[in-house]
Amino acid sequence: MRVALFITCLADQFYAEAGVATVRLLRALGVEVDFPKGQTCCGQPAFNAGHWNEARSLAQRTIRILEDAEYVVLPSGSCASMVRNHYPELLPGDGEALRLSEKTYELSQFLVRVLGVTELGKGLEGKKIAYHHGCHALRELGVKEEPLLLLKNGGAEILPWEAAEECCGFGGLFSVKLPEVSLAMADRKLSTLPQADALTSTDAGCLLHLSGRMGKRGENMRVVPLATLLWEAYGG
Amino acid sequence: MGVKAKLYPKEAARLLREKPGVREAVTGATLHFEQGRKKAYGEIDAEAWRERAKRVKDHLLSHLDHYLELAEKRLREKGVQVHWAEGPEEAHRILREVVARHGVKRAVKAKSMLTEELGVNPLLESLGVEVYETDLGEYLIQLLGEPPSHIVGPAIHLALSEIQRLFHGRFGTPLDASPEALAAVARKVLREAFLTAELGISGANFLVAETGTLALMENEGNIRLSTSLPRVHVAFVGIEKLLPRLADLALFLPLTARAATGQRLSTYVSLIQGPSREEEEGPKEVHVVLVDHGRTTLLHDPEAWEVLRCLRCGACLNACPVYRQTGGHPYGYVYSGPIGAVLDPGLLGLEDTYPLPYASTLCGACYEACPVKIPIPKLLLTWRNRAVERGLAPTWEKGAIKAFSQVMQSPSLYRLFSKALRGLPLPQDLLPLLKAWTEGRGPLKPSPKPFHELWQELEE
Ligand code: SF4
Repeated sequence: MRVALFITCLADQFYAEAGVATVRLLRALGVEVDFPKGQTCCGQPAFNAGHWNEARSLAQRTIRILEDAEYVVLPSGSCASMVRNHYPELLPGDGEALRLSEKTYELSQFLVRVLGVTELGKGLEGKKIAYHHGCHALRELGVKEEPLLLLKNGGAEILPWEAAEECCGFGGLFSVKLPEVSLAMADRKLSTLPQADALTSTDAGCLLHLSGRMGKRGENMRVVPLATLLWEAYGG
Repeated sequence: MGVKAKLYPKEAARLLREKPGVREAVTGATLHFEQGRKKAYGEIDAEAWRERAKRVKDHLLSHLDHYLELAEKRLREKGVQVHWAEGPEEAHRILREVVARHGVKRAVKAKSMLTEELGVNPLLESLGVEVYETDLGEYLIQLLGEPPSHIVGPAIHLALSEIQRLFHGRFGTPLDASPEALAAVARKVLREAFLTAELGISGANFLVAETGTLALMENEGNIRLSTSLPRVHVAFVGIEKLLPRLADLALFLPLTARAATGQRLSTYVSLIQGPSREEEEGPKEVHVVLVDHGRTTLLHDPEAWEVLRCLRCGACLNACPVYRQTGGHPYGYVYSGPIGAVLDPGLLGLEDTYPLPYASTLCGACYEACPVKIPIPKLLLTWRNRAVERGLAPTWEKGAIKAFSQVMQSPSLYRLFSKALRGLPLPQDLLPLLKAWTEGRGPLKPSPKPFHELWQELEE
């Protein structure tokens, strides 16, 4: 099986480790991994802000780059949802958009639903993890149990967190268009965060926002992409 | 009501800065409602109920002319006087006539968002009529001179201490009076008003076309009193509030209660079938004013009409983490939160409401909560796209998105950008964005090397 990675801009720039972990993990599971050249951003920031012309050309670009792939895997729930749910809306009647949408998966979703892997290893034994459900992974992609299952089976304890399914306030451009509201939302998440060994999520944007805010509040916790923890679970 | 939606970003920031208590009160109340809703949805096959309700509403909206005519006919058969109002002016004219004809000095009102839209209270006051809001929350904000902060709980932004201070000033109650004691004072004032008012004003949760029945839901009993004690009752009903058949109430009453407050049914349901007959008590005259106020235009908008399914249950507000930070006031119009963000542009035009569709992270919690499955995130995106196409986006945003998409279109520019993030100066257009980001979150910390460079190492 061959998988094309779509790392997308935020993870590429800010959580390169998530990309590395994804490659290592997929290879360890016997999957061949490609990283199609020239890829950048899925277009979501422009799309969500209403700039559909710009989003459309970025979508078309991405479709061209990924069209030959057997599967496309992203270590990001919201970019995966952009490709899966919004490309076909943005490009109605475009067969390639539909085909790409059908073969695109967020990493944990791919592991569980396509590969049927629910246990990677016990590398997270004794670790207490707080899992933030990124909204697009949770409500648009329907990815909820997969990350939890993989973490738990990796030996981690998922700590109960009252606000685990609440939006962290990132929201792409929202975070800079309405910074005060965005930060108030992050504060609500963080003020209910249990004392964990690590805070994780599928989304680079959420993590960037939450870890930045944590720093500003003078708090300290390991904030790490899901892919990295899954690789640790494998024993990497 | 005046429209101040354009000020949303500034007002939201100001409120967070100056009145942190509002955030606390609103978060507490909405989380409580939201838990109630989740539990109440959990007891039923919520998916099936929502789907059915959506279908009924869609059917109604696609045959609205027919059902409006039917409703008018049935109402008239029951002796109700039916009026049509395109907007506030006509609504005011109708009300003015009623006031003049009956020499109304005092009116009691049941909570209604539509009457907020129409500015009924200021009109009555200008006519020298004393108006009493009779919903406890609505009464409180009337005393304070504030608009409602929430569709269902108009005063959820108030802390108990504020209410204690308010009543202390007004009625001389002690500053530490219990909620029960405060409610007792309000009840006394309102009881007097119920008994002496010549006019009762209400909205309607539903108007059944088949039978001409007005359905009103509440928990305090004040709606029942407002619509049964005064001699005259005027109900303002948005044309989208119709239901085809009486049997539909069996779905919509419990569904709305579950969505709004987590109750299986509201404490009181009033079904009004026209004025009272000779031997009965109750109003001798009932008027129903069917109000358009922008709804027909919305109905014919192929991308935005779904918002007309709305039952005004407020569940989307309770679920919305953005609304929770500020309550409804910064939104600057009657309807706030997710529903306000997609309804207000439809009713008032995008020019006057520009920031509202952006008052969301598109987290989708509102859609999950909505009893009639209004695809709020999709509608938010539609309004945003229209805003951009009409040139309403601020210049910095246009510049930033353009710069961003140019960079992302070109792998070589992207590589340059990648270097810039790690030390070189960034394009000017992106700087205001960066500043807005770093102020609350500290400097950006890119990975030492981007993944696309690490990939080569992984391949070697
Ligand atoms: S949009 Fe849906 S959830 Fe929001 S008030 Fe209307 S019916 Fe209720």
